[in-house]
Amino acid sequence: MEKLLEVKNLTKVFTMGSILSRVRLTATDDVSFYIKPGEIFTLAGESGCGKTTTAKIILGFEEPTSGTIIHEGKDRAETKGKKVWQEEGIQAIFQDPFGTFNPLRVVDRYFFETLQNFKMAATKGEAIELIDETLQLVGLTYEEFAGKYPSEFSGGQLQRVSIARALLTKPNLLIADEPVSMVDASLRMSIVNLFKRLKEEASLGVLYITHDLATAYYVSERIAIMFRGNIVEMGPVEKVLMEPKHPYSQLLRESIPEADPTKRWSKRIVLAETEEEEYMRVGCKFAGRCPYVMDICKNQAPQDIDVDGVLVKCFLYNGNSATPHE
Amino acid sequence: MNETILRTEGLKTFYILDVFGAQKVVKAVNDVNLNIRTNEVYGIAGESGCGKTTLLKALAAAIEPPLRLVDGYIFYYIDGKAVDVATLSPEAKRRLRLDYIAYVPQGSMSALNPVIKLKETYQDFISSHVSGKSKEETIQLAERHIAELGLPPKILDSYPHQLSGGMRQRVTIALAALLKPSIIIADEPTTALDVVVQRGVVQLLMDIQKKLKNTIILVTHDMGVQANIADRVGIMYAGKIVEESTTEKIYGDPQHPYTQFLINSLPQFGDKSTRQSVPGSPPSLIDLPSGCAFHPRCPHAMKICMEQTPDLITLDTDHKVACWLVGGEHGKTA
Repeated sequence: MEKLLEVKNLTKVFTMGSILSRVRLTATDDVSFYIKPGEIFTLAGESGCGKTTTAKIILGFEEPTSGTIIHEGKDRAETKGKKVWQEEGIQAIFQDPFGTFNPLRVVDRYFFETLQNFKMAATKGEAIELIDETLQLVGLTYEEFAGKYPSEFSGGQLQRVSIARALLTKPNLLIADEPVSMVDASLRMSIVNLFKRLKEEASLGVLYITHDLATAYYVSERIAIMFRGNIVEMGPVEKVLMEPKHPYSQLLRESIPEADPTKRWSKRIVLAETEEEEYMRVGCKFAGRCPYVMDICKNQAPQDIDVDGVLVKCFLYNGNSATPHE
Repeated sequence: MNETILRTEGLKTFYILDVFGAQKVVKAVNDVNLNIRTNEVYGIAGESGCGKTTLLKALAAAIEPPLRLVDGYIFYYIDGKAVDVATLSPEAKRRLRLDYIAYVPQGSMSALNPVIKLKETYQDFISSHVSGKSKEETIQLAERHIAELGLPPKILDSYPHQLSGGMRQRVTIALAALLKPSIIIADEPTTALDVVVQRGVVQLLMDIQKKLKNTIILVTHDMGVQANIADRVGIMYAGKIVEESTTEKIYGDPQHPYTQFLINSLPQFGDKSTRQSVPGSPPSLIDLPSGCAFHPRCPHAMKICMEQTPDLITLDTDHKVACWLVGGEHGKTA
């Protein structure tokens, strides 16, 4: 099978504190997944679960502690020292479009600069043509965008501009880190629909990082649920989101509010007190809040188990059975 | 039926800006009539930039230039007596805050002072509103309050940065409920939180409401959260309430085309068919379209929509809509 990007056993350890009270925090722990060309793959999980760290390592902003990243068959270690976004066809967009662009700078300068850096256009006319072509992909035109400052766009428009900026260099992989969490529900769909279209028209691979499972279900084919640095469940979205197996995925799935007042939440949930405490946990990181917790969960870290085409990290599927306790 | 606790009458609050001699008027809240009752959760939903936050500022008596109260009234019902907020002195307004009305602004997670421990923040709040309490008493009060809401008491000894975002958000909400106010106003309390933490925050708000039997005014654009917590929902568009009803009716039988778009644009599980977002973009509040402000985006726009602004008419008990398509003589002839 052809793989556009493969992440193998990625581990990143951050050390915090002084020499005397050093704390080691494993932000991503043995994370492995792959993305096929022209596929939208979702990495989902709550804040502080290591999603963004994974994205930063793929983009080359951070060095991994161990593990490899293979993009289009090339090992990242071989191209070490070079800027990822220049050498390889990977581009990124981020959560807050107003934070992406300098507010005192006209937005089109970024487009011209990108073309200059990549030596993609010889004259200004050529450059404008290329920019206009890319902007049309996201439903904008050069005329309505030239000479404007970021504040003159609405949030949804500016997010589309930042997607166009990323597409300018014709990447084959787009890393989208929480691209819709700042825009409201109605605009959310216009951005997500755009990913769907780009995937079909430009066969763009997208790593869609989000905590919004509803849009994840809507756009992507496969999904990985992350919890405190581990991928706890990974597989096709229909299976993972419609019949979640890991207790954490079940909690996530249940917590999505439905736009139906007859289906209100009835069960009470327990939240973690601090993230650090769960990161430090030996054994399964979810053991502190899991309704099915067993003794083994507290001492031993679970391994990936293939259940019906879905990888699950949970002792429940090791032949153990347990009933939920209150 | 419950009594009225807060009422507005033809409320208009505009931002009046002076840009190099040219006056710009942002009509953020434009003729809003609300009647909010005791012991209910009133939800306000709408897109960014429709005036939700400005309306809340007005309700919380926090109108400050360039925001001005142009027309209309806001009444608080304190011990059954209507008080016109505009006549209150700044000191009287300060006394009412936290005691009668508490406001949890957007991004309130960053409202906590980062260099002092949470118990000192609690002390600040308590000492500025309740006199004659010693340090020990305030700490006891804070501990009891935190424990009653099901939050771990040890967080009082920590600094804000040691807590997760969701915990900080819950602490700020708990802080707002400290003096048992009659009204709590929360502006986008769950935005930018992930689903599990969001559920925790909603759970806390519901707990507070059940215990205090007070009023919560909740603003969020997340229609899923509204469905889960609100008793009544008002849909806001371009500074006006365009539809208001009980949550069941808003979701079960939405009348305004904008409400229908808001609800239908949400992706549903088990359904991968293409969802349409609301076409076009929200209008500028400086330069509003003529007639009904939604007509440039509305698939059912008629001639009258471009010419006249529809009034908020009552369909049946507790269901109000401002649309020419619904009720009225114009709707029938069209």
